[in-house]
Amino acid sequence: MKEISLVYDRIRWEEKALIKAARNENVDLKLVDSKGVYIDTLKEPSKLKVDFGEVVIQRCISYFRGLHITATLESKGLYVINPFDVSLVCGNKLFTTLALVKAGVPVPKTLIAFTDEGAFKALKELGYPAVMKPVVGSWGRLVALVKDDDSARALIESRKETRNALLQIYYFQEYVERPPRDIRILTIGDEVVAASYRYSPSGDWRTNVARGGVSKPCPLTEEVRETALKASEAVGGGVLAVDCMESPYGLLVHEVNSTVEFRGLYSATGVDIARRIISYAVEVARR
Amino acid sequence: MTLNVKCPECDGEIEIPSDVISGEIVSCPDCGMDYEVVLTEDGGIELKPAEIEGEDWGE
Repeated sequence: MKEISLVYDRIRWEEKALIKAARNENVDLKLVDSKGVYIDTLKEPSKLKVDFGEVVIQRCISYFRGLHITATLESKGLYVINPFDVSLVCGNKLFTTLALVKAGVPVPKTLIAFTDEGAFKALKELGYPAVMKPVVGSWGRLVALVKDDDSARALIESRKETRNALLQIYYFQEYVERPPRDIRILTIGDEVVAASYRYSPSGDWRTNVARGGVSKPCPLTEEVRETALKASEAVGGGVLAVDCMESPYGLLVHEVNSTVEFRGLYSATGVDIARRIISYAVEVARR
Repeated sequence: MTLNVKCPECDGEIEIPSDVISGEIVSCPDCGMDYEVVLTEDGGIELKPAEIEGEDWGE
């Protein structure tokens, strides 16, 4: 079997769980702290494999760090979970929406604008309340509920002042009338592994576990399974968390995560997700 | 089994679990400073200030 590594920059609960699962499964997992490494792009692939093995579970908490490491290792013939194309698409909410729309996966109505002027026009078309999200970002960071013209102006002006290039891309979504929860579905390859409801904490409408959202088990209905697999396939597949909302018209997918945090999902369902991820890596390593 | 290390910031006592993994974050109970645990080659434990959350952090 090919050697497997775990590339990280911070040991979260999930990385600890993966390390433990590997130990329990007698899988020799090489641990690589990405913060201390550099890679010579002219280096022979065989030399890189000494440090990284041939199958890499890329778990960096910093999206751009992880993405660039993935690009480098993949170009040298190493297999990275998840692959570069998948990480690229999932790391950007617009790219994800475009991939989902193309594959016919239902998504909330989404408008994109590239200046403040375009942003105001988009909001006029979408109406209030609207949801404004940064195209790159996680944990609900800077995700705002825009209720009227005044709050729109304040939010857009403050974004402009940041001089941050990515924040000059304006991604708006309709506010979906839903129960105070969303659904997170974990897929590994072509399998649906577990799903949980994530309830928003009191005083916030966002459901992110990082914001205090609470996970409860969610039954794997046919609609849940089908939506998750279609969404996973649309972005290229791998180890993914598909987040969707229960709209009056059925499930709408709003995000697919490629460096999945699964502590909430595990505590709600008891499914040993870490073991499943390690088994998937082993399966890839045996190919 | 735990090991106590002095907080470089305030000299408080930080408990390090015996099964600690290099890269884990510990917090000083006195001043709240976060540190990343670094296991040195000779088996020692060093603390370095944890990275501050970046705008691209997440899942």
